[in-house]
Amino acid sequence: MRFIRSIAIVTILPAGLVTAWWFVSLGSDNFFWPPLRDILGTVPSTWLEGRLQADVGPSLLRLAVGYLLALLIGVPTGLAIGLSTPLRQYCEPVFEFLRSIPPPVLVPVIILFAGIGDTMKVVVIAFGCVWPILLNSVEGARAIDEVLHDTTRIYRLSPVSRFRHLLLRGASPHIVTGARQALSIAVILVVISEMFAASNGLGFTIVQFQRSFAIPQMWSGILLLGAIGVTLAFVFRLVENRVLAWYFGLRRKQ
Amino acid sequence: MTLTPVLAVDHVKKVYTTGTRHVEAVRDLHFDVARGELVCVVGPSGAGKTTLLRCIAGLMDVTAGEVRLEGSAISGPPRGMAVVFQEYGRSLFPWMTVRGNVELPLKEKKVPRARRTVLVDEALATVGLDHVHDSYPWQLSGGMQQRVAIARAVAYEPHILLMDEPFAAVDAQTRADLEDLIRELWARLRVTVLFVTHDIDEAVYLGERVLVLSNSPTVVLEDVRIDLPGERDQLGTRALPRFAELRAHVYGLVQQAKRGVRAVPADASPAGQTLQYERKPS
Amino acid sequence: MRASWRRGLIGTAAFTALLELLPRTGLVDPGYLPTASTIAGALAGELSREAFWSALLDTVRGWATGLGVAIVTGVAVGVVVGVVPGLRALTASTVEFLRPIPSVALIPLAVLMFGTSMESTLMLIVYASFWQVLVQVLDGVRDIDPVTHETARSYGFGVFTRIRVVVWPTALPHVMTGMRLAATVALVLAITGELVIGSPGLGRQIALAQSAGAVETMYGLVVVAGLFGVVVNLSIRAAERRALRWHVSVRRENAV
Repeated sequence: MRFIRSIAIVTILPAGLVTAWWFVSLGSDNFFWPPLRDILGTVPSTWLEGRLQADVGPSLLRLAVGYLLALLIGVPTGLAIGLSTPLRQYCEPVFEFLRSIPPPVLVPVIILFAGIGDTMKVVVIAFGCVWPILLNSVEGARAIDEVLHDTTRIYRLSPVSRFRHLLLRGASPHIVTGARQALSIAVILVVISEMFAASNGLGFTIVQFQRSFAIPQMWSGILLLGAIGVTLAFVFRLVENRVLAWYFGLRRKQ
Repeated sequence: MTLTPVLAVDHVKKVYTTGTRHVEAVRDLHFDVARGELVCVVGPSGAGKTTLLRCIAGLMDVTAGEVRLEGSAISGPPRGMAVVFQEYGRSLFPWMTVRGNVELPLKEKKVPRARRTVLVDEALATVGLDHVHDSYPWQLSGGMQQRVAIARAVAYEPHILLMDEPFAAVDAQTRADLEDLIRELWARLRVTVLFVTHDIDEAVYLGERVLVLSNSPTVVLEDVRIDLPGERDQLGTRALPRFAELRAHVYGLVQQAKRGVRAVPADASPAGQTLQYERKPS
Repeated sequence: MRASWRRGLIGTAAFTALLELLPRTGLVDPGYLPTASTIAGALAGELSREAFWSALLDTVRGWATGLGVAIVTGVAVGVVVGVVPGLRALTASTVEFLRPIPSVALIPLAVLMFGTSMESTLMLIVYASFWQVLVQVLDGVRDIDPVTHETARSYGFGVFTRIRVVVWPTALPHVMTGMRLAATVALVLAITGELVIGSPGLGRQIALAQSAGAVETMYGLVVVAGLFGVVVNLSIRAAERRALRWHVSVRRENAV
């Protein structure tokens, strides 16, 4: 009974909203707000006949490569800077500036260097995502307990082990925070870099629909993009719960 | 004491320098610890106990003099030394299980897997934690966490075990249990222990010798031999008249230290047998 | 403190020197990355143009308006959802679902509805920043000590008094965090909207400079956007510190 209740609480509002949308829009003849029925009706012909591979695939791939690149660069660099107070003080104002640049302006800048191909998109994503990851890694390294540092020295852990067992794990709560911020930036950047200059990709396709006034198709693209955002957030949550299980346990205990 | 001592603290001096200010924390510390000894270091708060321990552990450079472990001067944490810190909650890796924490230093020492398993099992059994291998440290009580830290040190098979006020943050009952655990480990494993504490009772109860430190800048005020029977227990030993005498003597020394006394005339300390150190040619 | 300032200045100088030297030595094509002095010159030129100032003003206005709307609605919705029993549980899944929807997904819709006017960009800003505020406010309301709440209730405080004396002070640190995050996100979306949709503002100036091949000007405007971001970050952090002087986390920070 309680299980059913909790399921009902979770689903009742979303279901209600979707139903309301469905019925309210059913008789809509407003050109910009087509009935939900029409939007969903266009999904198979719009996406399932090739576009999933031709447009969604490349977008996701660019996103993944750029994001991973940002992690690979940002985490070690941030941890290294966080370990050295002077180094951090030298870098602080420059980093403060670089991170404050709204990442989308990188698109026209990086087009100069990398043209309008995939490299440009990957570099834009990596460059935009690296700052929250790097700066949070710096904070994460600073937050690691002095006594743990002493412990690794006493037991003569090699630099590699210290990185793996102390820095990476100890800073992981901060790193995850940065990685979460970076993920939403990555989605923004992949979409707008495709809107700005591309020949395929989700952002490109949605804008094409909008320009050709294929409104139900455009709506289906918006919904698809939303679903991708939600899925990524969900996957991120799963990874986070696994990686930070110890941290959540520790926090609950305190 | 004629054999090569495990640990030789040879006229160690430590001056902290910040900007243009110099603060002399340790003036001249000089003592040996022989193989298999259990030596307690006691002193008033601010006596530079932690500074001393960090210098011995190689976590901090000395300004003058040197620390030798088994004859060779140390620079940086030496092989064969383990340390149990006061802050048990902060010296265990919260993202590793109890077992992982004890095993990590052994992996780092490249101890083969089979031997590692034996060492970890034994160490955890010795400290009475057979049942929590797969728990995380933060799931345990403070006393149990400190047992994990002790197990990690024991499994490492150190030649010397340093303990920095390890029981200062646990409740009285747990503390008594842990004190007995240390005596038992020491007697059974014949490991050399240097135990730093601010608690006079604890120092006298645990030690074979008690080094009383002066106020900062620190020197050794007196090296008191604790001639209590080897078998000690919380009720009986603490009830012995000799325990009370030694305790009173050490207490008096610590009071003097607090007042800033740096040297005690030999005849002014009737209760303890004072060991005088001569400079040994090194 | 002094050492950190000095080091910061040295770091900044080194970075600027690097920007000057990379193109000058030919390591980087000056057509892609002009020297720092060229950028500064172009920026100085911009400063005397009226179009620059009106673009900057447009960006600031769009940012501030969108942020203001997001904060007001976010706080209002958050307090209501947090205080009315049962409403939080009912809305949790919907919030969790709507929040990660990328705001840029709304760009085509915004263009259809508002064309290239400022409203398009405002819609993106409000949507993106609203969630930042809402989620923090909900967290903050959840933080309220049940004992405090019960005490207030047992004294017969009305709903509005309870919100004023119990809910608001407890939630304030979270609201400030939400505002800080929202301010950054709002700026990102303001520039994005201008850049992609073409609504008036710095972003559009950057796009125009790029398509006109005025590389130095483009970099100059990027620097302005970055400095604007720095000002936003620093001032919101200062405001946070001021508003929360009484709060433990800030007091601790100041004591050190």
